[in-house]
Amino acid sequence: MTDLVATVKTAPRGRSLWDDARRRLLANKAAVAGMIVLFVLVMAALIVPMLTPYTFDEINKNDVWVPPLTGAHLLGTDSLGRDLLARLFKGLQVSLSIGAVATSVSLIIGVAWGATAGYLGGRVDETMMRIVDVLYSLPFIFFVILLMVTFGQNLILIFVAIGAVEWLTMSRIVRGQTLTLKHKEFVEAARAAGLGQGAIIRRHIVPNLLGPVVVYVTLTIPAIILAESFLSFLGLGVQPPMASLGTLIANGAQDMELAPWLLIFPSVTMVTTLMCFNFIGDGLRDAIDPKDR
Amino acid sequence: MLRFLLRRLLVAIPTLFAVVTLAFFMMHAAPGGPFDGERALTPEVERNVKAKYHLDLPVWEQYGLYLKDAVHGDFGPSLKYKDKTVLDILHENYLVSLVLGLSALTLAMLIGIALGVVAALRQNRPADYGVMTIAVLGVCIPTFVTAPMLVLLFASILGWLPTAGWNGGALANLILPVITLALPQIAIISRLTRAGMIEVLRSNYVRTARAKGLSEMRIVVRHALRAAVLPLVSYLGPACAGLITGSLVVERIFNLPGLGKFFVISALQRDYTVVMGMVIFYAALILVLNLLADIGSALLDPRVKLA
Repeated sequence: MTDLVATVKTAPRGRSLWDDARRRLLANKAAVAGMIVLFVLVMAALIVPMLTPYTFDEINKNDVWVPPLTGAHLLGTDSLGRDLLARLFKGLQVSLSIGAVATSVSLIIGVAWGATAGYLGGRVDETMMRIVDVLYSLPFIFFVILLMVTFGQNLILIFVAIGAVEWLTMSRIVRGQTLTLKHKEFVEAARAAGLGQGAIIRRHIVPNLLGPVVVYVTLTIPAIILAESFLSFLGLGVQPPMASLGTLIANGAQDMELAPWLLIFPSVTMVTTLMCFNFIGDGLRDAIDPKDR
Repeated sequence: MLRFLLRRLLVAIPTLFAVVTLAFFMMHAAPGGPFDGERALTPEVERNVKAKYHLDLPVWEQYGLYLKDAVHGDFGPSLKYKDKTVLDILHENYLVSLVLGLSALTLAMLIGIALGVVAALRQNRPADYGVMTIAVLGVCIPTFVTAPMLVLLFASILGWLPTAGWNGGALANLILPVITLALPQIAIISRLTRAGMIEVLRSNYVRTARAKGLSEMRIVVRHALRAAVLPLVSYLGPACAGLITGSLVVERIFNLPGLGKFFVISALQRDYTVVMGMVIFYAALILVLNLLADIGSALLDPRVKLA
């Protein structure tokens, strides 16, 4: 017995799939750069709005159209004398949190729907995926616009509407994975041990779906940030004086000849954020997806 | 083929039905009625008006009537333009969007395929990395960033092109909007072409062609390209959906009198009927284009099984 314990202790530690994935991810320069930049951006979005001497909605009648690096405003001010630095990071904060919340909504719906359909199979699966097919062919951005028009624009609605739109692909991915997982031996073992279907889905199927889901989540966040900014740009998203990257770009575009900095700083921030997510997503896919190994 | 068509119709019809139903009930849930003007109507007038538009009927009967009219292409009157129906508005504004969309699609196809081929032939060399960088940027830079940036550079600073306006469809006015619309599509098309080309160039029949001693040019254009761009046909549907979405932003920024601009204005003015009608129209359009793209790719590519 003690011999056995000793052998187990001295035996070389196996490399788990996640160790491999981490190693591959860290070897991907673009993904690592993306993670570092994104970390800085997220921290800045959390901290900078608290540190700026001006708040994002503070109107300074005496400091209108101040160019960047002149005077008290590092990034200049807009037509109402609002500090662009404060507004920019507030906007980033709003855009990132919409991305995070709406992605969570889509994650919950998508995983629940896909795992249930895939696990139960048969007619339930058929019906559930047919519904997804039907929803898939709808141009959803138009429905979000419709929602915004008929029910007015509030932040919660934007979260839910965009999240509810983006779960379809997630549910397809999860269903496909579940179908292959449910025939694995450990699921059989769990069933033989007398575990209920709900518990099997929760404890054995969902944790094993993590890989592809994580990849898809990192690609959903930028899509959602983009969708929100698109709405805000059209004047249907976040309402003033609240800022999001989309509203900032929209306002900047109106005054770009007079004050190009109002367009350039938010645009650069937006593009940088989206690129970080895309690099991380691509890196994760290469690291986790066993197909390309 | 017939089976496939039937299957697709079986999905398309409930989809359209779902669109109309969602649109109708959203319209009814919207606060305020269509005839809440600044001036209150007298009870008699209100009753007559409501009877005219069937607003006095129970909701499900109104729904039935709306469904019937929608099937006949009648989406009701505009609330802001009292003398126009939604259909009039579609009819008056579609041309600009059509010209814009088709030009952008053509441009995106030409440039995207060319870039993709170059990247595939020079795989893992500077030209390839260059193209792939453009592809990443094209996906990450949204239309509403490209458009103002292009205007700032080419119109405001350099003064080469007009900042906005339609001007009867003059070429100078078209250049910037078309480029803006095409850029994200160029990015995706070049990626797809590159992937297709790389796969095809490894295949046996290309090796045979090479062994026969054909020139590289002939191999690429006549043999490889044809097979490599086939997957693009099925991308045409999503591409059109992307162009339609993009047109909302582009027509607004460049102040072009097309459907996209009208849709956004109606949305901001809460012209419910117009917004509903146009959502249904766009949904139907995208469904039809997707169907056509799938049929097209099946007709051209014998490997695609119509299931």
